[in-house]
Amino acid sequence: MSEAANETLLRVRNLTVRFPMPRTRLVGPRPWIKAVDAVDLEIDTGCTLGLVGESGCGKSTLARAILALVVPQAGTIEWRGQPLRHDDAVGLRRMRRELQVVFQDPVGSLDPRMSIGESVAEALEALEGPQDAVATRARVNSMLAEVGLDPTIHARYPHELSGGQCQRAAIARALVGRPKLLVCDEAVSALDVSVQAQIVNLLADLRRRHGLALLFISHNLAVVRHLCDEVAVLYRGRVVERGTSAAIFAGPRHPYTRALLAAVPDPDPAAHARAAVPELRAAAAAEAVAVVGCAYQPRCPLADGLCREQVPRLEDVGDGHLAACHQARIRPAAS
Amino acid sequence: MAPDALFEVRDLGVRFTTPRGRVSAVREVTLEVRRGECLAVVGESGSGKSQLFLGCLGLLAAGGVVEGSARFDGQELLGPDDGPRRAALGTRLAMVFQDPMNALTPHLTIGRQLAEVVLERGLLDAAAARARSLEVLQSVGMPESEERLRQYPHELSGGQRQRAAIAMALMTRPDLLVADEPTTALDVTVQAQVIDVLRKARDRGLAVVLITHDMGVVAGIADRVAVMYAGRIVETAPAGELFAAPAHPYTAALLASVPRLDTPLAGRLVGIEGQPPAPGAEPDGCAFAPRCPSVLEPCHRSRPPLESHGSRSVACHALRRPAGAGP
Repeated sequence: MSEAANETLLRVRNLTVRFPMPRTRLVGPRPWIKAVDAVDLEIDTGCTLGLVGESGCGKSTLARAILALVVPQAGTIEWRGQPLRHDDAVGLRRMRRELQVVFQDPVGSLDPRMSIGESVAEALEALEGPQDAVATRARVNSMLAEVGLDPTIHARYPHELSGGQCQRAAIARALVGRPKLLVCDEAVSALDVSVQAQIVNLLADLRRRHGLALLFISHNLAVVRHLCDEVAVLYRGRVVERGTSAAIFAGPRHPYTRALLAAVPDPDPAAHARAAVPELRAAAAAEAVAVVGCAYQPRCPLADGLCREQVPRLEDVGDGHLAACHQARIRPAAS
Repeated sequence: MAPDALFEVRDLGVRFTTPRGRVSAVREVTLEVRRGECLAVVGESGSGKSQLFLGCLGLLAAGGVVEGSARFDGQELLGPDDGPRRAALGTRLAMVFQDPMNALTPHLTIGRQLAEVVLERGLLDAAAARARSLEVLQSVGMPESEERLRQYPHELSGGQRQRAAIAMALMTRPDLLVADEPTTALDVTVQAQVIDVLRKARDRGLAVVLITHDMGVVAGIADRVAVMYAGRIVETAPAGELFAAPAHPYTAALLASVPRLDTPLAGRLVGIEGQPPAPGAEPDGCAFAPRCPSVLEPCHRSRPPLESHGSRSVACHALRRPAGAGP
């Protein structure tokens, strides 16, 4: 491969995805919910971006928009400098060779009536057209070996395998066409911790070996910290904080990120005895209605008048660390 | 047995008859829950941690058979007379499950469902039941409790539903609450609140059995921990001791594979190589031996019994060797 080491693979600008809500009144405009609201992000070759947030924050919708599985209402997505158009079948096909996805449910993402070998071979042929049978088998087997599966798995069916083995097979299927970016949507969330650790290590190895970039969507902050160089925190469809993994985990600037981190239970009883229970105001169902000002303001312990009036912009709070918070701009970083 | 044991399980086994033959989910489990303590039962999926308690409470799926003994406050629940089990279940012994939506009836208000628990059993009259509902809902930290009583389950968020389900379980002032993965479906922020609710209930004297795979949750609330692997208990210990120095190699490996926020990044995560035995497989030796980093020669031949080592019990050959008898 001859391209520059850190080419920008994916550039997303002002991406907005809205969904219609059920009508609450007979007349008047239909209510819409902004699942993804004016999101900007980019991923370079070999980079790992973690996307974190609570359920319903728009993580998966953002991923689906990037994969061209939902049509955004506004904004642009560029893949290696080329704008992505949903009506451009040829362009999408080219992009899909380089952009692959692994979902949460490993068993559900494999065809139960195809052997693992057939599943992986099918992906290869879908991306690269009909292949020579012997060459296909060799590539499938080397891919299975690369994700740590025994060649005997080739002839076995998803129901015969464990969840971890199925997830490895799903990864093999996604990687067999040598993509440049792998989107992992909660790809380790359904797995037991011992298996989760194996898959996280596998992703880290694949990245090191092939310069594979990852968009790693997870609600598990500790896993994101282990795997990702950069982190974007999503709240109500907006990126509220973004920065290097080191900066965000060491010194989160947005109160939402701090609350998320504080809520992660440490596997250490002594730490629990020391730490007070975070006083996080839960998002009530009633809050689903539009909030004036910062979307986090009803739950935020720091909210003041300004927060209730103006939506904060995502701004640099030092060293390229971005936060969308009026208070983060005013207050210095916590030591 | 400790004198203050509230719930005692002895030699409990759970078997299922499946088209592929009989499968043992739980084997020879003995444990106790003391009054006012939180016992966490941890293990990976398929380890039998849920089936153990479903078996004790007579709630197994079709084809499930339980054997052994489960005594609640001295009364045998699994005897030929079903009376004690029926009397205790849902009254002095309550359960909360992972999905709160399944515990709540969609077309009844929260207030009606809470009151029903005590009205159906004839424990309180309507006015007292209403007062108890409000009191219990407040005790689980439900915001705007009074208004919630008039709402339906779909109007509540996931965390609020789980709190309503816990409130329902607490209506009869039970002595023991068995909570099976109560926070698994919840966001971390909401999980922290639900754990806090359980911790406060425990502090008021309720004994809690927390079935979970999340070691972080365990550390936040458990007094004692029982670790299960392939249907058996491999280690029980006070929570502090278990986290400080896990004795069984499986416990150690399980703790090491949890990615953490509070430790320096060490590069790779430590997984456990290999896989647990297939359901129904009954190896001659220790079930963990094929994956164990400190496996010894006898591990493949004979199964180590659960033996007491001071305040903890461990089933491991490596710990049975007398001191000074080799590395």
